[in-house]
Amino acid sequence: MKENNIILKVDNVSKQYRLGLIGTGTLSDDLKRFWYKVRGKDDPFLKVGNTNQRDKSASSDYVWALRDINFAVNKGEVLGIIGKNGAGKSTLLKILSRITLPTQGEIKTKGRIASLLEVGTGFHPELTGLENIYLNGAILGMTKAEIQSKEEEIVEFSGCKMYIDTPVKRYSSGMRVRLAFAVAAFLEPDILVIDEVLAVGDAEFQKKAIGKMQDISKGEGRTVLFVSHNMASVKTLCTRAIVLEHGKIVFSGGTDEAVSYYLKGGGDVENSKNFDEDYEKDDFKLNHISVYNLGSDIKDAIKENKDIEVKTSLFVKTNTPEDLHITYHLTNELGDTMFSFSNYNSKAVLKHGNNVLKCVIPKMFLQSGQYFLSLLIVKNKKHAAFVGRDILSFTVVDSSRELGAYMGREPGYIRPNFNWSTADD
Amino acid sequence: MKTPQDHNWLYTISAKRKLIDFNFKEIWQYRDLLVLFVKRDVVTVYKQTVLGPFWYLIQPLFTALTFTLIFNKVANIETGTVPPFLFNLAGISIWNYFKNCLTATSSTFNSNAGVFSKVYFPRVISPLSVVISNLIKFGIQLLIFTGFYLYYYANGASISIDRTLIFFPLLIILMALLSLGLGMIISSMVTKYRDLKYLLNFGIQLLMYLSAVMYPLDLMREKLPQFAWLVEYNPIAYYVEATRYMLLSTGSLSYTGIGFSALITIVIFFVGLIIFNRTEKSFIDTI
Repeated sequence: MKENNIILKVDNVSKQYRLGLIGTGTLSDDLKRFWYKVRGKDDPFLKVGNTNQRDKSASSDYVWALRDINFAVNKGEVLGIIGKNGAGKSTLLKILSRITLPTQGEIKTKGRIASLLEVGTGFHPELTGLENIYLNGAILGMTKAEIQSKEEEIVEFSGCKMYIDTPVKRYSSGMRVRLAFAVAAFLEPDILVIDEVLAVGDAEFQKKAIGKMQDISKGEGRTVLFVSHNMASVKTLCTRAIVLEHGKIVFSGGTDEAVSYYLKGGGDVENSKNFDEDYEKDDFKLNHISVYNLGSDIKDAIKENKDIEVKTSLFVKTNTPEDLHITYHLTNELGDTMFSFSNYNSKAVLKHGNNVLKCVIPKMFLQSGQYFLSLLIVKNKKHAAFVGRDILSFTVVDSSRELGAYMGREPGYIRPNFNWSTADD
Repeated sequence: MKTPQDHNWLYTISAKRKLIDFNFKEIWQYRDLLVLFVKRDVVTVYKQTVLGPFWYLIQPLFTALTFTLIFNKVANIETGTVPPFLFNLAGISIWNYFKNCLTATSSTFNSNAGVFSKVYFPRVISPLSVVISNLIKFGIQLLIFTGFYLYYYANGASISIDRTLIFFPLLIILMALLSLGLGMIISSMVTKYRDLKYLLNFGIQLLMYLSAVMYPLDLMREKLPQFAWLVEYNPIAYYVEATRYMLLSTGSLSYTGIGFSALITIVIFFVGLIIFNRTEKSFIDTI
C-alpha cells in the first residue's frame, strides 16, 4: 500500500502572525483570548487575518503566513519547495524544524527531522575549530560518538586541517563557513530539511557543497525537503515539487511542471500591476506598470531573445510636469542592482494629464533569471517624490532551451549578442 | 486499507498543547549537548585573561572582605564566635550560586534567540547547562572556603562543622531547583514583556538584603521584629541560614523553615517547567 510509505504528513497547517509591533495591544489581545478560552470559545483572532501579500495594505492586525498547507512525503523522496520571497517557505521550514508551532493543523512524522536553516549555529568564537565541530554537531542533534566516528572526514571536507586547534575567532569568514558546512554535511537524520542558501563560500567550495547535497539526497533512500530559488538545482535534485504563493500551495506535482509553473509567475501575474489610491501623491498618481516581450501577450513567459518593454502609466497633476522624471533600478535575484534607467535626457517628457511611457530593453541583453524593478519618481532632479522598492518582478527565461528544461545558465549578469565573423586569412 | 491511526508516528507537531509535555527520552538523547554546553560555559568565560579561573575566586573573596569591613567592622553586626570573614564568605558563595543561576537562566530565550531560531533541540538543555556550570564554579568557591576554614581553625578560632552537613548536597539541589524554576518563569515572560528584565536587575539586589546573606536570621528577628516576616517568608533566607549552620554551626536550623522553603521550591520549579514548556514552542514569534 502506498500509504505505508509516508514518512511525513502535513495536515491543514496554517500559521498566523501579528502585524506591527508586539507590545502595545498585546496584553489586551492576550486577555481577550484568555476570556474566550475561559468561556470555551475559539480564539477570536483566528477568524480574521490577511493573506500573505506584502504589497497590499493590511485590513487587519493579523496575517496568515501559511494557510491550509497539505502534503505528504514518501520515504526516500526528495521534495522541492519553491516560491518567491515571502511566499511562506521559511515559515514552513520553521514549523517543520519545530522552531515554532503552527497556529492550526498538525504535522506527523515517522522519522527524526534535522534541519539546516543556517550553518554554524552556536559556533563559539573562543573555542577551537575541533571543539566547535563537537558543539555544533551536538546542537544539530548528533551524539558525541557519532561525531567522533566522523571527525576525520569532517575535518578533511572542511579543508581547515591546519587551523583545527585555533580558536574560530581567528578564522576568516570563508573558513568559518567551510567548517560549519562540513559539520552539517555529515548529519544523518531520517528526514533532512535543507535551505539552499547554505551553499556559500567561494566557487570551488560551492560546487563541493552542492555536490555533497546531491550525494545526501541521492544516497540510500534519504528523505529530503529542499528549499531553493535555483531552479537548476531543484531540477537536478528533486523528484517532486510544490510551489508556494502567498502562503498557499498553488501547485504540486512533478518537478518539471512545478518549475515551469513557477517561472511563468504562477497564476498571479507579477509582471503587470495596477496601483490604487495608496500610490497617489500631491503631484501625480501611479496607475499601472507592466513588463512584457514586445508583441507578445502579457501572460506569456518573457524570453531573452525578444525585446522587452517596460510600460509605465502615470497621471500627472502638477502644472510643471517637466520637473518630474521617472527612474527605474533593475535588481537581480541576488539583490544586486545592475543598472538604472530613466526618461531624463530622452525625448519622452511627461505632460499634464495621462502619460504612458514605454522603454525597450533590447533583446539579447538580459540573462535569464528573476529581476526586480524599483521605481523612483524624481522631482527637480533632486529629491525622490516617490520610491517603490521592488515594485514589480519578472522572470526572463532562456528561449534557446526548452522552457523549464535547462540545467543551468550561462555565467554573468548580461547576455550580449556580439557580432562574430570569419576572416579569410 | 489502513487508516492513519495505524501509523506509528514518531511525534506530532501540532497547535494543541498538553499541560505538561516533556519528552524526557529526548532530553536524554541530547545529554552530550548538555555536557558540551557546560564545558563551553566554564571554559570560555575567562579565555584570554591572565588570571583565568582565579577570577572565580577573586569576586567572592573581595565581596566577603568588603562585607566584613562594612557590616561587621563599621555596622557592628555580631557573628558570634565565628570569624566574620568566614561568615560572609559562606553566605556570599551560596547566594552567588543562586544569583548567577537566576540571572543566566532568566535570559535563556533572549540570549539564545539566534540559535533557537535556527535549530531545534530541547530548550530546557540551555537553563540546565547554566545551573550545572554554575555548580562547578560554586564547587571551586567551596574549595577556597575550605582553605580559609582550615586557616582560621589552625589559628584557634572556635568553629566546627555540623553533622547535618551530609544534607548539604540536598540543599544545593533545592537551591538549584529554585533558581531554575524562577529563571524559567522569568525567561518565558521576558520574551513578551521586556519590562521584567529591568525589574530583575534591581530585584535581585533587593532580594539579597532580604536573604540573610550578611546578617544572621535571628538578628533580624531581634532588631526589626516588625519587618522580620519579609525575611521569614523568603525561602532563600532559610537556605542561606542553613548553609551557615551546616558549615559553621552558627545560627539556627529551622526544620519548618526548610520544609516550607522546599515546598515553595518544588511548586515554583514545576510552575516554571510548565510555563517554559509552553513558551519554548512559539516564543520565536514574539521575541
